Amino acid sequence: MDRALFPDGVERCSFGKFVLWMGFVTAFFLFGLYAMLLIFYKGIVVTGLDNYFGFGLWITFDLAVIALGAGAFFTGFLKYILKIDQLKNIINLTVIVGFICYSGAMLVLTMDIGQPIRAWFGYWHPNVHSMLTEVIFCITCYCLVLVIEFVPLVLEQKQLNKIPFLHHLAHNMHVNMALFAGIGAFLSTFHQGSLGGMYGVLIGRPYAFREGFFIWPWTFFLFVLSAVGCGPIFTVLCCTLMEKMTGRKLVDFKTKALMGKIAGTMLTVYIFFKILDTYAWANNYLPSIGMTFDQMFYGVVYGKWLMFTEIILCGLVPAIMLITPSIRNNPTLLYTAGILDCIGVSLNRYLFTVQSIAMPILPFDTWQVYAPNWAEWATSGMIVAYGVLVMSLSYRYLPVFPQERGLNR
Amino acid sequence: MKAKEFKVTWGMVIDLDKCTGCGACMTACQVENNIAPMVDASNKMRTLSWMLVYELSNKKSGAEAEVAYLPRPCMQCGNPACVPVCPVIATDKNEEGGIVSQVYPRCIGCRYCMAACPYHARYFNWEDPIFPKGMEKALSPNTSARPRGVVEKCNFCHTRFMQAKDKARQDGGDPEALADGAYMPACAEICPTGAISFGDVKNKEHKVFDLAQGKDAFRLLEKLGLNPQVYYVSKREWVRKLGDNYAATGKPGAAKKHS
Repeated sequence: MDRALFPDGVERCSFGKFVLWMGFVTAFFLFGLYAMLLIFYKGIVVTGLDNYFGFGLWITFDLAVIALGAGAFFTGFLKYILKIDQLKNIINLTVIVGFICYSGAMLVLTMDIGQPIRAWFGYWHPNVHSMLTEVIFCITCYCLVLVIEFVPLVLEQKQLNKIPFLHHLAHNMHVNMALFAGIGAFLSTFHQGSLGGMYGVLIGRPYAFREGFFIWPWTFFLFVLSAVGCGPIFTVLCCTLMEKMTGRKLVDFKTKALMGKIAGTMLTVYIFFKILDTYAWANNYLPSIGMTFDQMFYGVVYGKWLMFTEIILCGLVPAIMLITPSIRNNPTLLYTAGILDCIGVSLNRYLFTVQSIAMPILPFDTWQVYAPNWAEWATSGMIVAYGVLVMSLSYRYLPVFPQERGLNR
Repeated sequence: MKAKEFKVTWGMVIDLDKCTGCGACMTACQVENNIAPMVDASNKMRTLSWMLVYELSNKKSGAEAEVAYLPRPCMQCGNPACVPVCPVIATDKNEEGGIVSQVYPRCIGCRYCMAACPYHARYFNWEDPIFPKGMEKALSPNTSARPRGVVEKCNFCHTRFMQAKDKARQDGGDPEALADGAYMPACAEICPTGAISFGDVKNKEHKVFDLAQGKDAFRLLEKLGLNPQVYYVSKREWVRKLGDNYAATGKPGAAKKHS
């Protein structure tokens, strides 16, 4: 019934099946929407946050999706600035994934702040010394860049593209896309870094605090590297999941392996510096404030196993897997490495967010345990559902994958 | 990291050997600053206690067991962890006297300052302030109530500071050189054992000048370099040692002087 809206020459499931799928996802979305409205009405008292854990699941979720969404700016940079032409096969998907991640993160932030109607104060009363100010500036601006990058794809929808004005608008936006890719790369590098800087400057939180270069703590650079080390492979995982669900080939494996190689190279650089940073932190900084490496961990919930999982199992192992051609060129191993990589970077964001503030700094204080409640899970699930809805609509109606026709002949 | 210098530096010196842990300072603070009681205050991780009394123990048993009580207001750090991180300049340290301000109408409630403060001196307003019937008659007319969704903290009863300066002006004195005792936060005023002293730690005529430089004086977490304006005093070494972390060196807590 909606066949006329499909991209040229591709097959999609029946409309009924599509509606059923969208209804299923919308149920999760609506449950999250209920939680969101409750939060706006009653305040964040309905969440599991408290005076110790001002940051929790939401900030972890935000930081993780922003890192995972880094495929958009980095692939755009490689495609439009460094002219790696093969990436054209997956660039549209990176833009959509990036758009979903960033717009979703911004929605979570409006819930997370205690006074949502004052969100614009970040522009009106900016503190230029705060890393968070820079994050507010760059995330909002970059989200706008992603909208600009997403719009031509929407305008290329088969029926819309028949309108001459929209056709030419889309064409001209494409022509100038290198400019937006450049702006996006600049903005994104800085806010990815500033998210790390946010933790690195916390002089009162030994788990997170780092020395650095000029005004930037080492975490600034580590967050940029880890984001570009996982963003590209996350897009590949999204693509593969879509292929499994739809039963259609969308991107050739050669392109996926190239994305794996890009992510792997950056992840290797990242993990090298991460290990150096952790060593220096444990042996130099912590003793200087009278603390030990062992004091940074507690029981199972905040145990050392988390850090070793992050750095070794989900850092060093996928880095080696992704830079080794024989492993990377095996689909199962590529996806396994990708999953480990994404878990590792998300775990890194969790540890910097939660473990940093769970740890007692005052010698007479005690460790505190944080558990998100239903409202935080429901709203985070709402963002995932929102992403699935946008992706489902994009896949069905927009020409996202230039190779799809050829690969499914 | 360079601490901001002020001609007048309001500071507190708390004698932990005199503190009985009675909690009068906490109560005085709540009343003075119009802190509304929570509907359900059973979750102590959500309650607002600008002044909080911790119980310290020497972890020994029997006759050797000792406890001490440590009242913890905002440290009004010379090099505050919270001020540079605030994205909207809702907290600042720019007024003569060195009190770290909190601008409630500007705070967006991001709680980054709470994550930054190792003393847990900052609190989030989880609920709208609702005062039980009749209690509104006992509210302080000088302190504004804060709305839901903003961060708040001890400000050394800043309204009392302004009143003291006004009084000095009326009496023909210098509001920038208040006499010892002319400005006194509610907690220091009410403390029944006189454990809390307050004044200008840079003014030799103020009692706290000598107290802060005593051999048994220390500050919390000095190694972090936050340069707090709250000092503690105890003759007991185990109490002093609890003021900072010594796990890496194992050395006992030596008394440190303010710069």
